[in-house]
Amino acid sequence: MRTGLYKASRGEQTYTADLIMQTLNPGDTATVRRIVSELKGRPGPLLEVLHAVQSALGYVPAGAVPLVAEGLNLSRAEVHGVVTFYHYFRHTPPGAHTVSLCQAEACQSRGAEALADHARRRLGVDFHATTADGRFTLEPIYCLGNCACSPAAMIDGRLHGRVTPERFDALIAEQS
Amino acid sequence: MSARVYIPGDAGATSVGADAVAQAIAREASRAGGALELIRNGSRGAYWLEPLVEVATPGGRIAYGPVTAADVPGLFAADFLKGGQHPLLLGPTDGIPWLAGQQRLTFERVGIVDPASVADYVKHGGYQGLKQALSMAGSAVVQTITTSGLRGRGGAAFPTGIKWKTVLDQSAAQKYVTCNADEGDSGTFSDRMLMEGDPFALIEGMTIAGIAVGANQGYIYLRAEYPHAHRALKTAIAAAYQAHYLGSDVAGSGKHFDLEVRLGAGAYICGEETSMLESLEGKRGEVRVRPPLPAIKGLFGQPTIVNNVVTLASVPWILAHGAEAYANFGTGKSRGTLPIQLAGNIRRGGLVERAFGLTLRELLYDYGGGSASGRPIRAVQIGGPLGAYVPPSQFDIAVDYEALSAVGALLGHGGIVVFDDTVDMARMARYAMEFCAIESCGKCTPCRIGSTRGVEVIDRILEGTDGERNIRLLEELCETMVQGSLCGLGGMAPFPVQSALKHFREDFRARTRQ
Repeated sequence: MRTGLYKASRGEQTYTADLIMQTLNPGDTATVRRIVSELKGRPGPLLEVLHAVQSALGYVPAGAVPLVAEGLNLSRAEVHGVVTFYHYFRHTPPGAHTVSLCQAEACQSRGAEALADHARRRLGVDFHATTADGRFTLEPIYCLGNCACSPAAMIDGRLHGRVTPERFDALIAEQS
Repeated sequence: MSARVYIPGDAGATSVGADAVAQAIAREASRAGGALELIRNGSRGAYWLEPLVEVATPGGRIAYGPVTAADVPGLFAADFLKGGQHPLLLGPTDGIPWLAGQQRLTFERVGIVDPASVADYVKHGGYQGLKQALSMAGSAVVQTITTSGLRGRGGAAFPTGIKWKTVLDQSAAQKYVTCNADEGDSGTFSDRMLMEGDPFALIEGMTIAGIAVGANQGYIYLRAEYPHAHRALKTAIAAAYQAHYLGSDVAGSGKHFDLEVRLGAGAYICGEETSMLESLEGKRGEVRVRPPLPAIKGLFGQPTIVNNVVTLASVPWILAHGAEAYANFGTGKSRGTLPIQLAGNIRRGGLVERAFGLTLRELLYDYGGGSASGRPIRAVQIGGPLGAYVPPSQFDIAVDYEALSAVGALLGHGGIVVFDDTVDMARMARYAMEFCAIESCGKCTPCRIGSTRGVEVIDRILEGTDGERNIRLLEELCETMVQGSLCGLGGMAPFPVQSALKHFREDFRARTRQ
């Protein structure tokens, strides 16, 4: 479900009016333009472009939407619709480290909810939020495919299994 | 001769420390001055033994596990490179009872070969199926798949050969083979293991499919949550091009097949085949109305095969060994083998590939060893977040498509998630509705609105507001979603709710707030 209301009620970030008004700085503009020109010849390129933008900038800024739309000959609404459809695309910059905790059934059977409570306390933020010092963004994720080693977490693309609260604290302490 | 050691590079194994073990072994070996060949294989699937370290000896591979980095000096002191005695010694890997009793066809090489090496793949029987397929007419290849009885392992269990024949029969300048690797069901990881542990089996299966139906372009739609599998596939595809198993002259046949990986972006609905096609086209992953079937009008409007990873990776074995050999496994209309995944609160979790027909009880207790917590198993969910919850009174049921659907359950992608007696089934029912609300594509009303209303109704039941009346309302809502939704998300999300109501109704009572 992707209405703005629902996302807001879950604390998820979405494009707000002030974000949409933001324009990109010249460096990021050049990056987005380069990505679009490199990929626009491929079949159905929009997701590829958005992945590349997020890899390069850490998120898909609202200011990138018109550039992508223009480069791919799509309407802004179409691009906006795609960016906001997919959970993976971020609308705001993430913290230095992204911590995703699996909240799906197999992990629930091994204490994922208690681990999530612990993580919220340890980091002092709820899901979909970034710590005040900008170091950690906490996200829920629905299955990391590590269901025989639950509960699972992913930190900056690295998978961790059998994550106890103690192990979680150790993993957080390891992040420089 | 240098010693050869296998340490899985599989994401699940590395999630519990396999990389640290590999580093410790490399460090200790260089200190001892001995040459060491270190292979990062896939996982054997016995995850409770991971990290599982194997050494090659003249008598075969010997296993130690679960190994931590701290165990490594002790292993060297015990001369483990020659299979020496140690408390972690498990003996010959093939003799571990949990593995020895399995019937591995699709997963025959997973955990055994080097997933980055075409040569190792070929040495272990790889590309025999393609060789066979290249000597046959496309229609004969399709007939072989039909005769084998192979059905879609992604969950829908549609006969693969019939799907292929539909694509074969279309005349079109461009056809596609797409692999649905959006393995989003909780409790499932067979696609991930296969892609990480034996990616060439998938590549070969897709190549055979393409050549059989006349498609020269393949796409693997991989979920973004699988970065390890993404790396493994990219490495393997590059190696397959290098060895001319992909490209304009596949294995010297003059046939053309190109393959690339496309990443999803965290939308569960994109595991639904028409939604996946929309996403591959770079659009919102909204479900398409069928007909037309993807086999007739699929990717970019062209005839398209959409198959799951395990389905396609089973194809090489079937071509290499014959349709009858495959069909000899299984029972009734469920032919061949199924890679079952034991997950959640289970003592010996992992991948069990067996012919269809063994019982849930055998899986949960003989393989699984009961719950990990040691408490009684109260419920299992089969087939992911849209699958029914099954109570212990039904554990003697056989694991095949028909037997499960006879009791209102479904096999799905073969994942079994185990819960002990601390589970609160009303909360699990609420989660099913909540998950559907988060992941609904929004195209049809029963799913988009019904799931949110479902969460609210369950909340009212748990608050003690008109309990009986709201339970009846929930049952009606479930029925509406099942009957009225456009695809399986809204159409099946009520299954866990209905089964929880049916088998665990006592949990749907008002509770005091914490």
